[in-house]
Amino acid sequence: MIIATNVTKKFSKLTALDNVSAICNKGQTISLIGPNGSGKTTFIKCLLGMVVPDSGFITFNEKNISHNWQYRSAIGYMPQIGRYPENMTIAQVFDMMKDIRKQSAVEPDEELIHLFKLDAMLNKRMGTLSGGTRQKVSASLAFLFNPDVLILDEPTAGLDPLSTEILKDKIRKEKQKGKLVLITSHILSDLDDIVTEVIYMEEGKLRFHKSLEQLKEDTGEMKLSRAIAHIMQTP
Amino acid sequence: MKKIIKYVLIDLLRNRITIAYTLFLLVISLSVFNLEDNPSKGILSLLNLILIIVPLVSIVFSTIYVYNAAEFIELLVSQPLKRVNIWLSIFTGLASSMCFAFLAGCGIPVLIYAPFDVGIIMTAMGLLITIIFVAIALLASVLTRDKAKGIGVSVLLWFYFTLIFDGIVLFLLFQFIDYPMEKPMVLFSCLNPVDLARILILLKLDISALMGATSAVFRNFFGNQWGMIATVLIMITWAFMPLWWSVRKFNRKDL
Repeated sequence: MIIATNVTKKFSKLTALDNVSAICNKGQTISLIGPNGSGKTTFIKCLLGMVVPDSGFITFNEKNISHNWQYRSAIGYMPQIGRYPENMTIAQVFDMMKDIRKQSAVEPDEELIHLFKLDAMLNKRMGTLSGGTRQKVSASLAFLFNPDVLILDEPTAGLDPLSTEILKDKIRKEKQKGKLVLITSHILSDLDDIVTEVIYMEEGKLRFHKSLEQLKEDTGEMKLSRAIAHIMQTP
Repeated sequence: MKKIIKYVLIDLLRNRITIAYTLFLLVISLSVFNLEDNPSKGILSLLNLILIIVPLVSIVFSTIYVYNAAEFIELLVSQPLKRVNIWLSIFTGLASSMCFAFLAGCGIPVLIYAPFDVGIIMTAMGLLITIIFVAIALLASVLTRDKAKGIGVSVLLWFYFTLIFDGIVLFLLFQFIDYPMEKPMVLFSCLNPVDLARILILLKLDISALMGATSAVFRNFFGNQWGMIATVLIMITWAFMPLWWSVRKFNRKDL
C-alpha cells in the first residue's frame, strides 16, 4: 500500500532520514520504534507530504505522492502535538474537518467522540483544553473519516489509563477491518498486543523491519519492551 | 478553498486584537476630524498616522498569526488539501479581516467627514497598504522558522519601509544635490509602497507646492489618470510579488 524507496532527508547538516526503504501493506499494524531523534516523526511526515524528501520517493497505492494531494483522503493522522485555533470550540473543529473532507458517502465514525465523552464539552474552546483532552480530539479526528490508513504519532502520550485502553480497543477494532495502522510510541507496553510488525530506526537509518514473532524469536524475549531493550543494548 | 477562508475568518473576527485595532483606528480618525474644522487638514494629520500604524499592525499581527497557526496549518496540510489553497486562504482571510478593520475604523469616518476624491483615494490606499503588508508578513514568516526571528524581521521591514527608506532617499538627495534628481526620485518612490501612497494623497490635497521642484515632476507623472493607474498597478505588484514568492516557498516547506 505504502512503499518508500531510498528516502533521504537532510535538515542542513543533520541527516534525519538516510536511505530509508520500507513496504507497508494492508492489514498490518506497524510500530515505528527508535530512540529520540531517530527520524520516526520525519518519516511519518514524509508519508503525509508534510516534509519533502531530498531524494527517493514514496508511493501510495502505486501512485507517487509528490505533487499529489488526493491520496491524503485515505489517511487519518494523529499528530504528536495537536494544536488548533484557540478560539474555536470542539464542535466547530469537528464540523470544520467534516466540512473540509466532504466525503458524504462515508458516514463519519463518531465512536471515539462518544467514548471519550467529548460530546459533553463540545462547546469548550480549544484554547482552554488540557493536553490530554486535545489528544482525545486529535485521536477522534484521525478516526472520524474511516480512513484506510491510520498514522498515529505518540497516540497514548498524555492520555489517562482509561482513555489509553479505549484508544487501544479502537485501534484493535480498526485493525480487524483490515486497515493499515502505523504507530510510533515510546510506551512499548501499550504496543505489545496490537502490533504485528516492528520497524526499528536509529540515527535516521532503518535498522530492521520484522514481524513481531520474528523479533521475539531472534531476541529470545517474550515482551516487545524487553526485545527492544535487548536490541538497543547490543550494538 | 472557500471553506478554509471561512474558518480563518471566523477565527480572526473573534480575535480581540482585530477588534482593538478597529476601535483604535476609529478613535484616532474621529478625534482627528473633530479637532480640525477643515477636513483636508484632518486627512493630512490622519495620513501621517495611518501610514505608520496600518503597515505596523498589518505586518506584525499577520506574522504573529501565521506563527500561532503553525500547528493548525500542519493539521490542514495533513488533510486532502492543496498547499497553495491553504496558503492563499490564510492570505485572503488575513487580508480581508485587516481590510475590514481598516474600513470600519478608518474608511467610514473618512468617507463621512471627507466624502470627496481625497477621502476615497485615502481609503483605497489604506486598503492596498494593508494587503501589501499582509503579503510581506506572509513572506517573512515563511522564510524564517523561528517565531522571534520572524517577528523581528517583520518589524525591521516595517522600520525600513516607513523610516529607513526615507532616510536613504534623503541621503541620496543631499549627496547628489548638484544633479537633477527629480526623475530618479519618481523611480525611487516606486520602490516603497508607503511613499507611493503618501505622494498620491499629497498630490490630491493640493499642498504639493510645498514639495518644490520635485513635486512638479511628480505631478506630471502621478497627477494624471495614467499616473494613477500606474501607481495602483505598481502597488498591486507590490502585493503580488511577496505573495507569489511565499506560495513558492510554502509549497516546498517542511512542516
